[in-house]
Amino acid sequence: MADKEFKFNTANQKKAKEIIARYPDGREKSAIMALLDLAQRQNEGWLSKEALDYIAKYLNIAVIRVYEVASFYSMYNLQPVGKFLLQVCTTTPCMLRGSDAILKACEKHLGVSLNQTTIDKFFTIKQVECLGACVNAPIVQINDDYYEDLTPDKIIKILETLKEGKTVTAGSQIGRNASEPVGYNEEVKDGA
Amino acid sequence: MALKDSDRIFKNLYGFESVALAAAKKRGDWQNTKDFLTKEPEWLIDEVKASGLRGRGGAGFPTGVKWSFIPKNMDQPHYLVVNADESEPGTCKDRDIIRHEAHKIIEGAVIASRAIRANTCYIYIRGEYYREAEILENAIAEGRKAGLVGKNACGSGWDIEIYVHRGAGAYICGEETAMLESIEGNKGQPRLKPPFPALIGLYGCPTIINNVESIAAVPTILRRGAKWFADLGKPNNTGTKVFCISGHVNKPCNVEEEMGIPLKRLIEDYAGGVIGGWDNLLAVIPGGSSVPLLPKEICDDVTMDFDTLASHKSGLGTAGIIVMNRQTDLIRAIATLSHFYKHESCGQCTPCREGTGWLMRVMDRLVVGDAEKEEIDKLYELTKQIEGHTICALGDAAAWPIQGLIRHFRPLLEQRIEQYANN
Repeated sequence: MADKEFKFNTANQKKAKEIIARYPDGREKSAIMALLDLAQRQNEGWLSKEALDYIAKYLNIAVIRVYEVASFYSMYNLQPVGKFLLQVCTTTPCMLRGSDAILKACEKHLGVSLNQTTIDKFFTIKQVECLGACVNAPIVQINDDYYEDLTPDKIIKILETLKEGKTVTAGSQIGRNASEPVGYNEEVKDGA
Repeated sequence: MALKDSDRIFKNLYGFESVALAAAKKRGDWQNTKDFLTKEPEWLIDEVKASGLRGRGGAGFPTGVKWSFIPKNMDQPHYLVVNADESEPGTCKDRDIIRHEAHKIIEGAVIASRAIRANTCYIYIRGEYYREAEILENAIAEGRKAGLVGKNACGSGWDIEIYVHRGAGAYICGEETAMLESIEGNKGQPRLKPPFPALIGLYGCPTIINNVESIAAVPTILRRGAKWFADLGKPNNTGTKVFCISGHVNKPCNVEEEMGIPLKRLIEDYAGGVIGGWDNLLAVIPGGSSVPLLPKEICDDVTMDFDTLASHKSGLGTAGIIVMNRQTDLIRAIATLSHFYKHESCGQCTPCREGTGWLMRVMDRLVVGDAEKEEIDKLYELTKQIEGHTICALGDAAAWPIQGLIRHFRPLLEQRIEQYANN
C-alpha cells in the first residue's frame, strides 16, 4: 500500500501544542507518546512511516527515537487496521471466565483469524494481555471502549450492531453498573 | 464483622453517584485541604508515616517513608508521579478509583506534592484506559477552575500543576523507573537503582512515584487522623484496601475491606462463594499474577495482608485475587501467565528476555504433558536463574507463579507427563 503524506490537521496542530506545553522547556520529547496517538487517530487507526517521520520532524528528534517508541508499545499500529479494532483479552482471569469461546466466536463470526482484517475493512481482531477489568471478565476492547461480562452470543450481537452502523452501550453487558457484585443493592450494605 | 461503611475511604467505588466535583465534595473531598497544604511538609510526612500506610501498588513500601527520602534543598524541581498504569493480571481497583473517585486522586496528589515539595505532578495512566483518562482530565479541569489545582492551590500559596500522561500498552511501565523513561519519551526500560528516583528521577530531578490507591487514601487519612487508619487492619498491615476478586466465583467484584480480612470471608461474603462451593476450590493467586498461588489448605484460613501472605511464600501484591476451582486446568492457567510475562518483558536483561521465552516454551509442553519428569526440576532451576538476576522485578514475577505451581502441585505436573507418555 502506498503511504500518503502525513501532516497534523488544524485541530491536532492545536492539541499538539497544548500537549508539548505540559512538559518542561527542552523536554518536548516527552510528548512523543501523545503525538503518536494523535497521529494514529487522524490516520484511520494506524501509523504509516510518513506519520512517524512527521512526528520526528515535529519534535525535532532523530527518526530512530520515534521508530523505537512506536515499535516498543503495543498500542501503536504499524499496519492498517479495520474501522473497529477488537482487542480480546485472554490473560488468566479472562481465560477462567471463558475468553477462549469469546475469541473463537469473534473469529468464526467475522471469518478471519487473529491479526487479520475483514475484507470490508470493518473489523480487525487482536489478542491482548490483561486489560485490567478482571472482575468484569471476559472483556473485549473495541476502539476506546471496554465491553465486559461477555458471552459468545453477546459479543456477536455487538459486532452485528456495530456493522449496522449503530452504537452499543459500552461496559457490562449484563446490567452491572461497574465492579459491584451481581445483584448488589445499595440499600443493604451493613447498615452502619 | 464487616468493615463499617463509615470507615470506607472509597464510598463511591461502584460509581452509583457522580464522579464530578460537586458530588465528590458532598462525599467529603476537598473539605479543608488548605489546612493540610499550609502545614510543613514534615508534618504531612509524619502523619502518613504514623498511619502505617504501605504502598498499594504491590511492593508494600511505607508511603510516608518513601516521601521522607525526598531531599530538602529546593535547587531542582521536584516531581510527583502517580502510577495509574494498572496492568497486573487480576487487578482492576485503580480503574474504579479513577472513574468513580477521581477527585480523591487529584486531592491526594495536591497534598502529596506539598509533602515532597513538588510543583508538577504527572499521572501516568495505561493507554487502554482511554475513558478513564478522559475522566481524570475532566476532574483536573474542574479542580483548576475551582482554584483547587494550579497556582495558589486551595488558596494555600502552594503551586501545583497536574497533567495526565497516557501510556500505550506496556505492562513494564508500571515499574517506577520504566515509567520515568516512558514519560521522558523513551522505550519503557527500567533503570538501574541506585540512584533511586527520590534523588535522581524524572528529568534527573527528585521524584516520588506512588500508586493511585495510596495517593487517593491520603486525604481521608489526614482528615480522620493517622490513628483512625492505624487502628484498622493489623499491626504493620494497617488500614483498608480494595480487593479485586476474579475468576471462579459466583459474583466477581471489587470490595474495600480491612487489611487482614480472611480470604475465605472475602470470597464467600462478597464474591458469592467459589463456583461449586468452597470444597470445589483448587487454588488462589492472592495478589495479582506475579505472586505464587496458594492451594486450598492454605486458603482455608489465610488472612489478606502483606506479612501473613509473605509467611506463606506468596504476597499481597496488588490484592488481585484470582480464584480457581477444581475444574481449572491449573497448568494452563499458569502457562498463560508465562505467555503474559514473555510478551511484556522489555528485553533489556538477558535472563528475563531469554528466560521468559524458555519458561513459556517449557510450560506449553507441560500443558500437554510432553516433557520428562526431570524437566520439572530443570524448570525450577531455570526460575532460580532468572529470579534476582535482572534490573527490575519482572524477572521475579515471571519466575514466582511457576515456583508456586511446582511447590504445591508437583504431582499434577507428573500426572500430566505420565498421561501423555501412556497415550
